[in-house]
Amino acid sequence: MLIASSAFLFTGSLGAEDFDSAYGAFMETPGASFFTVSNLWLCISAALVFLMHLGFSTLESGLTQSKNTVNILFKNVFIISMGILTYAFYGFNAMYPGFEDPASGYFALGSWFDVTASMEYMSADYNNYTWYTDFIFQAMFAATAATIVSGAVAERVKLSSFMIFATILVTFAYPITGSWKWGLGWLDAAGFYDFAGSSLVHGFGGFAALACVIVLGPRTGKYLDGKIKPILGHSMPLATIGVFLLFLGWFGFNGGSVLSADPYLVSLVFTTTALAAAGGAIGAIITSYLSLKKPDLSMALNGILAGLVGITAGADKIMPASAIIVGLISGVLVVFSIIFFDKIKIDDPVGAISVHGVCGIFGTLAVAIFSDAATFGAQLKGTLAICVFAFAFSLIVFYILKLTLGVRVSAEEEANGLDLSEHGQEAYPSFTSNAS
Amino acid sequence: MKLVKSVIKPFKLEEVKDALAEIGIEGMTVTEVKGFGRQKGHTEIYRGSEYTVDFLPKVMIEIVVDDADEEKTIDAIVKSAKTGKIGDGKVFVLPVESAVRIRTDETGAEAL
Repeated sequence: MLIASSAFLFTGSLGAEDFDSAYGAFMETPGASFFTVSNLWLCISAALVFLMHLGFSTLESGLTQSKNTVNILFKNVFIISMGILTYAFYGFNAMYPGFEDPASGYFALGSWFDVTASMEYMSADYNNYTWYTDFIFQAMFAATAATIVSGAVAERVKLSSFMIFATILVTFAYPITGSWKWGLGWLDAAGFYDFAGSSLVHGFGGFAALACVIVLGPRTGKYLDGKIKPILGHSMPLATIGVFLLFLGWFGFNGGSVLSADPYLVSLVFTTTALAAAGGAIGAIITSYLSLKKPDLSMALNGILAGLVGITAGADKIMPASAIIVGLISGVLVVFSIIFFDKIKIDDPVGAISVHGVCGIFGTLAVAIFSDAATFGAQLKGTLAICVFAFAFSLIVFYILKLTLGVRVSAEEEANGLDLSEHGQEAYPSFTSNAS
Repeated sequence: MKLVKSVIKPFKLEEVKDALAEIGIEGMTVTEVKGFGRQKGHTEIYRGSEYTVDFLPKVMIEIVVDDADEEKTIDAIVKSAKTGKIGDGKVFVLPVESAVRIRTDETGAEAL
């Protein structure tokens, strides 16, 4: 027992059997219980963040037309699958390279993530969780950044081009910006603070989406003769289910970003997250009631998400009373933003650019306004750097795709629906002949 | 034989069906349709943009009856479907050339 504990202390390059015994010895120590609970919490959080993909799938389906539902679902299935894989092959190590000089940490090449099990990676020597937990938790985040784009380009984007773009975005762009802060690069060195990713995930995704929508163009018939023609979502129940699932997943998104099971921080983050979501809903409801004369359900749903995005940068630093205000402001902002983008003919069927892009920036700045975790200058610098990078990167890649493969289906395919034209399937088949 | 085709307000369907059963008419085909006559549509709003909905949900009932039952069928439908408010609907009668009961191969009035 004593020898095994000493082996644990002097861990370096132990063989496999040495790892087993050192690990076993470590798990007997008092420190192992916090490690175990933290690791468990992070794994649960990874599963909760994973669930957000179900939320995105149902929300996007609900807010778009039923003739495109298979396409929406397919894109969502692709993104989570591709995201986890590319993060394993490249992204994880590209995002956490261990910059020698943080202040000049701008870029690092990625590689296959797996390591040989050792105390260095699988015990409290590494962190409050194992290397694998670290990977899987972060991998779930990476995939959510890409899925933000899928909603904004829905109903007219060409599937193959979208799949290529999303792969490039998640594989290469996301780890670059991620490394700037969470990978302890130049933004971290500059005092920028982004607890769970208002900029690194949401701002990133929202502005990537904006770039793609600009290149792609609006849905046919959306803007006619200077008027905005509503294209109704086909299922408000699905959209609502989606938002509640996202809300649930956010407890893992923010709660897990504490990166331990610390009772004070996790409970604080749960509280601020929920309060901001509620504030966002009320803010959006009041705003849509006052400016649009009727309380719009889809705006209320977007309001919840806006509040969640808004608190994501500072959920562990902004106190509950301020979290409510952050939520309220986000809810007001998102309604005006959605109306604004429609006015300037940026067609965003689900409001992704407003929820994630606009509120992502606000949430980042809110850290400086409502806490002293960072200066306004550092937050502004960080959020602009990340959002501008995501925008520029996406603009270039998506434009190249437009020039080469094309990024849009034909007018006839769009009219018939992408389910039939891209997939040869229907989401809600009606007159099918039964074999029996 | 006559095809009695009516368009009525959806919530009146049960009432019309019961009224017809009372006079011995028990078969019908029902379709959910949209339409308008003189009844105007209404305005809705979605994510900040207003639009008019002209087509209102209605229900179309189709019944093929014997010539002798035509009058009382129309009567029953009109009485039970009427609300007195705009949009109550209409009843049309068309001639039917022939009819067959698929199960028994009966034709004509016996098929009804």
